Amino acid sequence: MSLNGPFNRRTMLGALGVAGIGLTFMEAGCSKTAEKAANGEEAKLNFYNWDTYIGKTTLADFKKAAGVDVNMSLFATNDELFAKLKAGNPGFDVVVPSNEFVTRMAEAGLLEELDHSLIPNFKNVDAAFLDPPYDPKRKYSMPYTWLVLGLGYRKSKVDGIPDSWKWVFDSDKYKGRIALLSESADLIRLGAKYKGHSVNGIDQAMIDDIGAMLTKQKPNIKAFHEDNGQDMLLAKDVDIVIEYNGDIAQVMKEDPDLAFVIPREGSLINSDTLVIPKGAPRPKNAHAFINFLLDAQTGKGITETISYPTPNAAVKALMPESYRSNPVIFPPESAMKNCEYGKFEGAEKSSAFETAITKMRAA
Amino acid sequence: MSSDRRPLAVTLAPPLFWLLLFFLVPLAVVWAYSFGRNAGLTEIEISGTFANYARTLEPLYLGIFLKSAGVAGLTTLICLVAGFPVALAITFASDRAKTWLLLLVMLPFWTNLLIRTYALIAVLRDEGYVNFTLEWIWARLGSIWTLPPFVPLELLHNNAAVIFGLVYVHLPFMVLPLYSALDRLDRSLIEASLDLGAGQLRTMLRVVVPLALPGIISGIVITFIPALGAYLTPDLLGGPDSQMIANVIERQFKRANDWPFGAALSFILMYLTLIMIAVQAMTEKRKAR
Repeated sequence: MSLNGPFNRRTMLGALGVAGIGLTFMEAGCSKTAEKAANGEEAKLNFYNWDTYIGKTTLADFKKAAGVDVNMSLFATNDELFAKLKAGNPGFDVVVPSNEFVTRMAEAGLLEELDHSLIPNFKNVDAAFLDPPYDPKRKYSMPYTWLVLGLGYRKSKVDGIPDSWKWVFDSDKYKGRIALLSESADLIRLGAKYKGHSVNGIDQAMIDDIGAMLTKQKPNIKAFHEDNGQDMLLAKDVDIVIEYNGDIAQVMKEDPDLAFVIPREGSLINSDTLVIPKGAPRPKNAHAFINFLLDAQTGKGITETISYPTPNAAVKALMPESYRSNPVIFPPESAMKNCEYGKFEGAEKSSAFETAITKMRAA
Repeated sequence: MSSDRRPLAVTLAPPLFWLLLFFLVPLAVVWAYSFGRNAGLTEIEISGTFANYARTLEPLYLGIFLKSAGVAGLTTLICLVAGFPVALAITFASDRAKTWLLLLVMLPFWTNLLIRTYALIAVLRDEGYVNFTLEWIWARLGSIWTLPPFVPLELLHNNAAVIFGLVYVHLPFMVLPLYSALDRLDRSLIEASLDLGAGQLRTMLRVVVPLALPGIISGIVITFIPALGAYLTPDLLGGPDSQMIANVIERQFKRANDWPFGAALSFILMYLTLIMIAVQAMTEKRKAR
């Protein structure tokens, strides 16, 4: 047996063969669902969602209720979603961007306007979410969940309640036991909050200042995580992380030594939303699906699985007391009053945030 | 003559078409982007500017390139030192054993890189299998002598973890070309060298290594190039200092939404790769002459 290196012709052909089989499967998958739904569209829907972000039976229930097969694929960051849709919609009917990206996608002409008459369950939405600054009058988006960044920590390893960003940004007290989010915009914005500034309207001097602070802090940081801070906390890799309340609420069920706090300087609120991207092949199904997700019973099933805060008043009313009065999922008004939504402030600003973080990581 | 050519054209046409459509055309698009600028959120205007390339030469990005090259170089060196004895041992195995040993070398390719990297996390983390085993031994020793409490080794989230992960992933790329070069080696030359009084080490350095040089060079090239572009490993196993050039490129395409600059960075990487391959081809040609 002799080889001319690992990429000989046979392995190449083998790889091509596998790719060919993959294509055939995809075609078979596409052609088999030619059935029509009641509204005249093909009985099918492509849903692009975050991981662990839907109820256990939600999609099967929709199939039962509307006869439409939902094909769900997953993305991990808003940037991934944006990059995918930027070059043209590859066939998604409903996608789930966060607040800031709703503005960005709407500005880029990537979203279809919603027809509110097809979404009667909009009446279930909490009054606080009816007219958000990132999408006035809900022209393009329906609220799905909301979430707030804060510090998840291990009670037995941390002194009292670490209720300041200082402990992760500007102190060596927890040296080597800190993990920060790797998202550049979030880091700069929370740094601005720590310095008493709003999360919006950060100028270049402030960005440089925050970059310098983080560079100084870097030796104390164990890792920059890709939104898996809750797993690192649970596995005892670190004792204090920047994470979303919903993620920490999920692991707190498994380990009672974990807790969550919103630092007193305030934080960033996010809201994930349901939108229809431009060029969606099945807009009627998409509207029906969004309406179904806003239904009280459906929403209850989703919320029970994902433990995120719901912006849906009817769903919240159906949930048990243990969820409604959980201070991690619904932080007290005093903690929320300093929190803000991050606004989309143009491509230039995103690029400046990214350069500052690249510089800090390379320093 | 012409009747010979037709089957050749027929067999070559589909792969060439595939290569053109799914490799060269997309690559050309990205190449064009590298001379463009963002004209709005979704549009890129190809203006023929060199500004993106000028930016890649800023000390910040040059530093990251250099660091990535250092990490890839060290990975390649470790792969070479570890892979050479393995490849040599396989060539001296019986034919039956050879097949199995080569299969063992290639086996990791059957599992996805992401899954293998997550498995490494489970092995290396503070409460992972290595520290778990050490703690167990520590506790046994503690029942004999009095020892301070066990402190887990910090194996994950640093540059050493990145190198370890890269070596683990790229070792087969080194072993296979080394094996194919060593297997073709004329054994009688080794016997002659030993008979004529050269020691084991001298035979290795003066006879085996020079004859296996083409295999060594192609092993170095095909290990170094993917290691230079590694992106998953530094992301998952690395610490705050482990950023490599591919991570920067990824973030330019996603978070920063600056495709032209990301394209320029990728093409700098591509030009470096092409230069390396050209140098390799030239040395082989010189040898053949």
